[in-house]
Amino acid sequence: MTSYPDWWKLIFGRFTLEAIPYHEPILIATFAAVLLGGLALVALISRFKLWGYLWHEWFTSVDHKKIGIMYMILGVIMLLRGFADALMMRGQQAIAFAGNEGYLPPHHYDQIFTAHGVIMIFFVAMPFVTGLMNYVVPLQIGARDVAFPFLNNFSFWMTVGGAVLVMASLFIGEFAKVGWLAYPPLSGAAYSPGVGMDYYLWALQIAGIGTTLSGVNLIATIVKMRAPGMDLMKMPIFTWTSLCTNVLIVATFPILAATLALLTLDRYVGTNFFTNDLGGNPMMYVNLIWIWGHPEVYILILPLFGVYSEVASTFCGKRLFGYASMVYATVVITILSYLVWLHHFFTMGSGASVNSFFGITTMIISIPTGAKIFNWLFTMYRGRIRFELPMMWLLAFMITFVIGGMTGVMLAVPPADFVLHNSLFLIAHFHNVIIGGVVFGVFAGIAYWFPKAFGFKLDPFWGHLSFWFWVIGFYVAFMPLYILGLMGVTRRLSRFEDPSLQIWFVIAAFGAVLIALGILCFLIQIGVSILRREQLRDTTGDPWDGRTLEWSTSSPPPAYNFAFTPIAHDLDAWADMKKRGYQRPLTGYRPIHMPRNTGAGLIIAGLATICGFALIWYIWWLAALSFVSVIAAVIIHTFNYDRDFHIPADEVVQAEDARTQLLGRA
Amino acid sequence: MSQNHAEVHDNHQGGHDSHGAAHGSLRGYVTGFLLSVVLTAIPFWLVMNDVLANSTLTAIVIMLFAAVQIVVHMVYFLHMSGRSEGGWTMMALIFTIIIVAIALTGSLWVMFHLNANMMPDLHKM
Repeated sequence: MTSYPDWWKLIFGRFTLEAIPYHEPILIATFAAVLLGGLALVALISRFKLWGYLWHEWFTSVDHKKIGIMYMILGVIMLLRGFADALMMRGQQAIAFAGNEGYLPPHHYDQIFTAHGVIMIFFVAMPFVTGLMNYVVPLQIGARDVAFPFLNNFSFWMTVGGAVLVMASLFIGEFAKVGWLAYPPLSGAAYSPGVGMDYYLWALQIAGIGTTLSGVNLIATIVKMRAPGMDLMKMPIFTWTSLCTNVLIVATFPILAATLALLTLDRYVGTNFFTNDLGGNPMMYVNLIWIWGHPEVYILILPLFGVYSEVASTFCGKRLFGYASMVYATVVITILSYLVWLHHFFTMGSGASVNSFFGITTMIISIPTGAKIFNWLFTMYRGRIRFELPMMWLLAFMITFVIGGMTGVMLAVPPADFVLHNSLFLIAHFHNVIIGGVVFGVFAGIAYWFPKAFGFKLDPFWGHLSFWFWVIGFYVAFMPLYILGLMGVTRRLSRFEDPSLQIWFVIAAFGAVLIALGILCFLIQIGVSILRREQLRDTTGDPWDGRTLEWSTSSPPPAYNFAFTPIAHDLDAWADMKKRGYQRPLTGYRPIHMPRNTGAGLIIAGLATICGFALIWYIWWLAALSFVSVIAAVIIHTFNYDRDFHIPADEVVQAEDARTQLLGRA
Repeated sequence: MSQNHAEVHDNHQGGHDSHGAAHGSLRGYVTGFLLSVVLTAIPFWLVMNDVLANSTLTAIVIMLFAAVQIVVHMVYFLHMSGRSEGGWTMMALIFTIIIVAIALTGSLWVMFHLNANMMPDLHKM
């Protein structure tokens, strides 16, 4: 390595030209593809003069619906990246046997499994979940936006900032090689001196701020902005699960932030919180990170339980069975999720008393979850089931999630966990619940609410194709991992000695290819649906005969959501309104007070991302400059008093008359 | 900002302009300020003048003062009472206390056992 002069270090910190991985053919090819794709995209946007549109209508938008859609787009983009990592791992493990080293050197393979986990949790699952909540919750409670619309835009761009840093690590430097939760001492300065770990820390810190703030925002929205008459036990179940999720977010993400901050101090200023020396204790990191980490998995799954509940009652044409028990089960899970974290490290040696306590609490959590499964089953019982796509996802979920739940209870038994810990059995288990629960639920939610968001349904043919590829692909990809796990194969290995294991990895790789086809069909489904949008058009605003308030407005809803604030008299307010022969008011519109768009969120988040990048590369002048700029931008933004405007009554009349005509034609 | 948006939504929520939280009076703020100063000064005095010979005891006393300080801040500066915001603030507080208690006692319990079982006794090595 050539040595760089002092002026270089002053300007570029520890960035050197060697940090660009031009010696890695895979990365160069990826980089070239990304660059060409990016240039093509920029050219197309410029060609059709869309920059102004994107900036004014989307990037600076404080409309919860647009922010929700942008979250979903972020999730899809990052899913492609995260899944590419998965395919590479499956490919490597399928061929790296008996002397064959595969095509990924260990340092690259280690980055891939770390990136896969980090991206799938923080930048795929979280944006999907936040996106669904953002889009649906205000509509379900009859509100016009979230409580803090600007904050919502800012939260989104902070999440994007984190994602940008993770993606940048692909081409500038490297990513962490430590596994998705980055246990010290491996992740400490002594064993991970490179920039990879710092990319991890700052990406998660920046995205975490966004997540925490959006949690605050949605709690305030749900608590303060429900339609008149909608008391807590008349709230749609998705709103309930969102409320619990956001409570979990607000209560736990600060723990993650603090834990990562301590590790950052260890790495940057030489403290010894989690080192092996001078009184540090790496076990404390594991303890703290899982106090966040276990509630995190419930943050991911609870909103999807809500989606499944909405789907179940809508497509079975009846009220959700056991609404109250569903609410209580959700609340109980919210509390219990704080009492089980140690089951992630039974083997660290806390001894029998501690382990048995946490083993038992873990098994207890399966009771409210099981109750939910029965509620969905009884909702279906004697229901008039329509096997539309969201309902299919619900069925696949119920079967798959029960299997995942059972292997989870197996892992909750400490003696069994000593055998299964860190094995592929564990990998199979959490993919079983995350894919079978979160991912299936996200697809159910997309299929369910897409007509609301865009005014036309998704194409069912490609949807079903995607469904079958996903479901079958999941089983083919992960059942072999259960078997391998029971045979004792551990996770995160890049090569194997025993050739008898190879066949299982080949099957798993084939399953991954099936899932890839599922993703491809999903993308085609979106494209085909856009092309066929006239045939798939929904003019009623209520294509599924829905039961909650979001279906009472048009598809897509106007910027103000509801011309008149709806009044809820019953659970499933819209079903109740339809039953009582609700007539849409056609006159009496008044100007509507709305929040104004602002670019401040994007600018502040952009500066924060630059600050993160500078800190990663020790470019101190830039870090100081961008940090001061963040503070300055926030202060300047507080002096912006031009934050609201009125949609004139004429415009409301126009929009509502257009809808009246549309409804008349239908 | 919140004020602005509160207005935005008041418009369609049909006047929930009262936030439910009691806004403080000068008297309340002065009381809170004086109490905080006293509760901060006493721990300083305890440490600087070595009032209690036993340092563990000093630490415990300081922790107690800190706990009282938290309550003073919540009552006088955050205007919390059982009635503010229709009981939501109190509910949030109770939830927070439960979570913090779980995290702290749980961590202490777990780490004590981990230390006892896994850390080699350095004095005997």
